[in-house]
Amino acid sequence: MGLRAVRTDGFALVTVAIATLVAAPLVGLPLSFLTAPGGLSEFSGFVPEALVATVLLLLGVGAGTLVLGAGLALLVSFCDFPGRGWIEWALVLPLAMPGYVFTLFALSLDVPGIRSTAGAICVLTLVLYPYVYLLARAAFLGQSRTLLEAARGLGLSRRRAVARVGIPLARPAILGGAALALMEALADFGTVNLLGVRTFTDAIYRVWFGAFDRDAAMQLATLLVSVTLALLVLERLARGRARHAQLAARGDAVPPVPLHGPAAALALLGPLALVALVVLAPLAQLGVWSVESLAGGLLPPEFASAVRNSLLLAGISALLVPFAALLLAYGVRTSRSRLAGGASRTATIGYGLPGSVVAVAVIVPLGWLERRIDGVAGTGLLITGTVLALLYAYVVRFLALAWGAVETGLLRVPRQLDEAARGLGADRLDVLARVHVPLMRTGLATAALLVFVEVMKELPATLLLRPLGGDTLAIAVWQATSESLYETAALPALLIVVVGLLPVMLMIRLSGRRGAPLEAAQGAGAWAEELEATPA
Amino acid sequence: MSKVRLRGISKSFGRVEAVREVTLEIARGELVAVLGPSGCGKTTLLRLIAGFEAPDTGCVVVGDEMVAGPGRLVPPEKRRIGMVFQDYALFPHLSVEANVAFGLATRDRAEREALTRRTLELVGLQHKAGSHPSELSGGERQRVALARALAPEPDLVLLDEPFSSLDATLRAGLRREVELILRDAEATALLVTHDQEEALSLADRLAVMREGRIVQVGEPVEVYGRPATRWAAQFVGEVNVLAGVASGGGVETELGVFDLRVPASGAVHVAVRPEQLELSARRDGNAEVVAREFRGHDVLYRLRHEGGRTVLVQLPSLELHEVGARVFVRPAPAVVTTLVD
Repeated sequence: MGLRAVRTDGFALVTVAIATLVAAPLVGLPLSFLTAPGGLSEFSGFVPEALVATVLLLLGVGAGTLVLGAGLALLVSFCDFPGRGWIEWALVLPLAMPGYVFTLFALSLDVPGIRSTAGAICVLTLVLYPYVYLLARAAFLGQSRTLLEAARGLGLSRRRAVARVGIPLARPAILGGAALALMEALADFGTVNLLGVRTFTDAIYRVWFGAFDRDAAMQLATLLVSVTLALLVLERLARGRARHAQLAARGDAVPPVPLHGPAAALALLGPLALVALVVLAPLAQLGVWSVESLAGGLLPPEFASAVRNSLLLAGISALLVPFAALLLAYGVRTSRSRLAGGASRTATIGYGLPGSVVAVAVIVPLGWLERRIDGVAGTGLLITGTVLALLYAYVVRFLALAWGAVETGLLRVPRQLDEAARGLGADRLDVLARVHVPLMRTGLATAALLVFVEVMKELPATLLLRPLGGDTLAIAVWQATSESLYETAALPALLIVVVGLLPVMLMIRLSGRRGAPLEAAQGAGAWAEELEATPA
Repeated sequence: MSKVRLRGISKSFGRVEAVREVTLEIARGELVAVLGPSGCGKTTLLRLIAGFEAPDTGCVVVGDEMVAGPGRLVPPEKRRIGMVFQDYALFPHLSVEANVAFGLATRDRAEREALTRRTLELVGLQHKAGSHPSELSGGERQRVALARALAPEPDLVLLDEPFSSLDATLRAGLRREVELILRDAEATALLVTHDQEEALSLADRLAVMREGRIVQVGEPVEVYGRPATRWAAQFVGEVNVLAGVASGGGVETELGVFDLRVPASGAVHVAVRPEQLELSARRDGNAEVVAREFRGHDVLYRLRHEGGRTVLVQLPSLELHEVGARVFVRPAPAVVTTLVD
């Protein structure tokens, strides 16, 4: 049936087409080494500099997020103290704070030594630790009580039982969280650029805009991709070891130990101070400046157009990307062909990749296509100078994010429903429209929300591909901050953070309250998976 | 000398009284089974002894030390009690060897290695020392769990439904194996189970538990042959409870006259096990075969007696009676029965 099924299967073809559109630019990146072998020679100083800065950044952020994220997860999973229910979720809030917005806050305070690699490490650790925290917490809460009891029955104190059984079992999840945080750190452009740390993303930007050298940019992007892929492999290896942890996830959850007196106060106030520093204080400061600039009429004239551009781009992407993801996921489901499965895996590799890489990758095939069309019809810069290139980049970058949410929703629809509908005379498109989409509303809405927020926050791809006059809120924040106009940056930054809080709030609501710790853990885990959204 | 003593232990969870006034002694080297239906509180009893729960009242004494009691609660890691969990709770990130050595952290290295090796040999798994729990069969996992509990040479080993997650076909063999390992290790052990066959065949003594209370303690033969209550009689094996009139050492029932263990008089009930009856094919018999359960070496018949009641009879499978056959049922020779409530 194989060949015939593929030939007659429209959905499999759509799946393959989407996958090709998404993956082709990325496959093209390394080709730049062939077409322009000496491309990087002009920038020979950039590579070692970027390599050292990037590796230092990764080491620092890795250590920082591991200690902070896993430590906080241990605290809320194994200890009980007044206010734990609130702290558990408040610790997730920094996810809504883009690195460059927190950098804006740190710069405005003139923190000594902030313009350094160490400064960037601190900033990124503070906004990225929730990845480790969420996955570690889910792993701890999913552990069965009997395993820790078995360790205690064998003569270990509670503390040592956690150290020798609890933490080793959660190690794959903790490392997986750290890998996610590192991929975000690797993709970051705003923080490192504003703090003057010359990593790969910054080098790509300088080569692109400073020298207009696309070949060199592509080659730098290729090098950055290799580092990202190495991280992905590490994450996969960590996950392979995670299988035995699931074997252990039976029985009741571990009951937390109550803390009293100073320990309880510290357990409450420490995390509270952290969240106040990373989320509340910046929000308050941005709020004050926003009110001042609104009252004083200090808003730049571009502000309105930046809001409009951001909303348009995010809105269109929020429709386009989940739709593509739905077609992709549904194609895999109905055709059940290996081809479609492989295609979906290929199509979702983009999310681990930095926005600057994606931008550099899509521009070349688009430019080629544009010249062809221009040659025939004389249309000029039809694509690369317009919003189309940017939307294409967003699809490549965020398809996996939407795919995760959509696929989770699709898996919850039992196959018997497909078969029942087909038996009642619906064709596959009917089934999608009349059965799946209504049943998957939540999944699709989640996907749309996630994409909307990510596009609002997105900086590097937008910066490299935006058409003339196409500044967004994120770009306004970056531009104003780099010129030390912090008050001007405040209102756009505030809008980005407030929008960014939406999915975090949604996750907290979906995960439910205390009392259902396992479910909550699964909710958080699933959400983190969606964030990661790289198919297993 | 008693190795483990439980004195009047009670434990409630909210309004649920899980364990009520339980008193039990376990002698050194003895294997005691707590038998009861699910939800009777037997697992809670085990967790109270292990130290994972604190009793509301009563005390637990292990050897010479009170480990739980008024004003005293020794944490589980200081109790020298080994536990085999229902789902084994093997550490999935550690090898078999490391699992077994886990409780030996305070010993010096040579002793640790020797004990680990000896315990693995005891359970016959020395060849699996380097494997991970996920690579083992169910029976092997169980033996690792047992070895892990035995390695630190605990004063008491607790086994929580140790055979419930195994295939029925494996159970009988493993039961014998576990018993031999426990005897070899000269361990003092308390096992909880809801499986009466398991309890009867394995334990030196049996404690039958119902709704948080122990209703009878005794050797298996005694608990089976002299049930303390009608409920205990019905829970531990099959039984016919017959009404009758006692006078002196005998009781007259509709199935005939039985000898009584303890003389009595007046209207009574007696517990008659199916194997304490016999039957023969007779056209003018007093009962009819309604159903037949063939069990290999024996057969369980369900009869309808002419008085209307159902009677269970167990016989060797040498001679079979067909369903629908007319039979004559009467007491087997030299049967002694027990009064129940």
